[in-house]
Amino acid sequence: MERTWAIVERELRRFRRSPTLIFVSLIFPVVQLVVLGYAFGGVVKHLRLAVVDQDHGVPAVRIRELAAAAASGAKTVDVVDYTDPGRALQDLRDGHVNGVLTIPPDFSRRMLAKDDPRVALIEDNTDNFVSAALAGTLSGLVSAYDSATSAPRVPQQATLEVVEVYPYVPYIQYLLPGSIVMSIFMMVMIGGGIIFIDDKARGLHEGYLVTPISKLELIAGFNISGTLKAVLSGTALMIVGSLVAGIPNPLEPLRLLRLFLVVVVTAFALISMMFLMMVRVSDPLLPRAVFGVLNTLLYFPSGAVYPQQGFPRWMQVLAVVDPFTYAVHAFKTLLLKDTGLGAIGFDLLFLAVFSVLTMAAATRLFRRTL
Amino acid sequence: MSSVVSTRPAAIDVRGIVKTFGAFTAVKGVSFSVQEGEVFGLLGPNGAGKSTLIRILTTLLLPTAGSARVNGKDVVREANAVRRAIGVIPQAMTSDLELSVEENLAIFAKLYGVARAERERHIEELLAAVELLQWRKAPVKNLSGGMRRRVEIARGLVHQPQIFFLDEPTTGLDPVSRVAVWEMIRKIKGERGLTILLTTHYMDEADRLCDRIAIVDHGELKALDSPLKLKASIPGRNLLDVSFSAAPPGWQARLASLPEVESVTGHDEVFRISTRNGPQTTLALMEAAAGAGIDVASLSVQSTTLDDVFVHYTGRALRDALQEANPLDRGPVLRRG
Repeated sequence: MERTWAIVERELRRFRRSPTLIFVSLIFPVVQLVVLGYAFGGVVKHLRLAVVDQDHGVPAVRIRELAAAAASGAKTVDVVDYTDPGRALQDLRDGHVNGVLTIPPDFSRRMLAKDDPRVALIEDNTDNFVSAALAGTLSGLVSAYDSATSAPRVPQQATLEVVEVYPYVPYIQYLLPGSIVMSIFMMVMIGGGIIFIDDKARGLHEGYLVTPISKLELIAGFNISGTLKAVLSGTALMIVGSLVAGIPNPLEPLRLLRLFLVVVVTAFALISMMFLMMVRVSDPLLPRAVFGVLNTLLYFPSGAVYPQQGFPRWMQVLAVVDPFTYAVHAFKTLLLKDTGLGAIGFDLLFLAVFSVLTMAAATRLFRRTL
Repeated sequence: MSSVVSTRPAAIDVRGIVKTFGAFTAVKGVSFSVQEGEVFGLLGPNGAGKSTLIRILTTLLLPTAGSARVNGKDVVREANAVRRAIGVIPQAMTSDLELSVEENLAIFAKLYGVARAERERHIEELLAAVELLQWRKAPVKNLSGGMRRRVEIARGLVHQPQIFFLDEPTTGLDPVSRVAVWEMIRKIKGERGLTILLTTHYMDEADRLCDRIAIVDHGELKALDSPLKLKASIPGRNLLDVSFSAAPPGWQARLASLPEVESVTGHDEVFRISTRNGPQTTLALMEAAAGAGIDVASLSVQSTTLDDVFVHYTGRALRDALQEANPLDRGPVLRRG
């Protein structure tokens, strides 16, 4: 066991003297959390909506008033009045406006005659997010018009009342579990993958191999030191990220303890996986080359940025064997729902079994000779 | 090929070692033994098979055929016992640059399982032996190449091995550092009674350090003996390089007829004479020149060098062999000899 600790000591001393490595492995997940969290988590605002009123009747004026109210309230749209529908459509094509709301000449007449009155939205559907936001806003606007004009005393249609179990979760909070796993993975990739292969290429491993150290002692030494480095990275991001994302009660001791356990188990699982992947590699370019692919293959199918239910079948299969899936789920459960360990028992079990299997395979595949 | 007869047990015993990498045979049935306390050199160019041999003996490579025992233990079946008995300095500088001199030694002492009580004492003694006591706290990255090599020598001895392997210990060092490392090796060998096996492609290194030298080329052992005996084993113990004011017709044949001369090569007025007796041939040469009425413009007498020995046994000069050797042709594991 002393030999294993000698490896750990060596790796940690080197790590402590490489502040750049610590900084780089932390900065990427933090930047990703902040940029992606705010980029995707915000509400679309100030879409330019051309309104072409060809009717000018009272109902049409009411529609325009509601549009103006949406512009001054939620600020989803900025209304621009047009008299020429052709010009409005040209501006839509040229990108000067995001949509054209046309109130046809017979709108008021049809409204009063209850003869299927319609307004039209012509939108630039090259951007799904923008077109969905516009359609949503104008659907709400038309519904508001309908309810104001014909509200019955007793609702005639069934309505859905939504009750949310947890407080509102901004997207940056939704993204935080994946970012914590990413910070662990970054350290695993740099400390366990790239540096491991660089050391091998420099001949440092020959120094180990001429000593009486066993394969298991050697792999255990690499795994433990890699885990400790990754735990440091994951814990730092867990705390900093919770504060940045505004997680309620981020420093509650019992929850921190549970989160720390998940960090440790995740770090050990990922470092074991990394050594299994790198155990026969000797080309220093390889870990650098596969870094991006591996990152994409593990991070996105895990449900870190988008629910797995929306994935195609093949990606759902990938997600089942992806250790990120279980780590992200465990962090999400603890951070966003503040549950106990019972809710993440299967995640911990999967990651523990995954660690044992990958470490055993790495030990078996490790060559004691060159 | 001659060999030393000794009653002492062999510290290293190599029998018919073969190592192939795919279709390429790096070592072709090499056999030799190294006696306890001996400094034994494997001399040859890059790609000759030296480093492959040393890697087999240090348990880093498995032989394809043949057997080897180090400190009485089989390098394949009793690899861990071999590892405990040997210290190894690989050709590449493999100390951790970010760690201090002392930390590098301490980590390796732990890897070898040196007890805590002995660890500090050993490190202290070794740092004194390699004259790095005052640099013990310095990061290795701040040391010169020669000093780093001394760190590696100390690191290889931290568990007090009986046998020490050095793979091209002075490659890449400047001349002053090379001499310093030679002195260090000699001193440590004397103090600790180590058996040393080193590989080198420097003739002067092999000549100055080794009790016996094995000349290796293309994976084969071409010659093995002490430097003196190797030099004595080849024809032409002295070389005379001489130039004359003029060379009359038949002058080269006249030179070849001088006493003890074995061969004469040259052109115009410049000749190289190989002789078994330098002083006697020189005297006769001066008399012959005076008799022919020509002057000796310059004359130098050289003893036989290991380079001559290498040329004799391999058919090519070592420096040419070094230039010819292209490590890329021999695959990644053969990049060092």
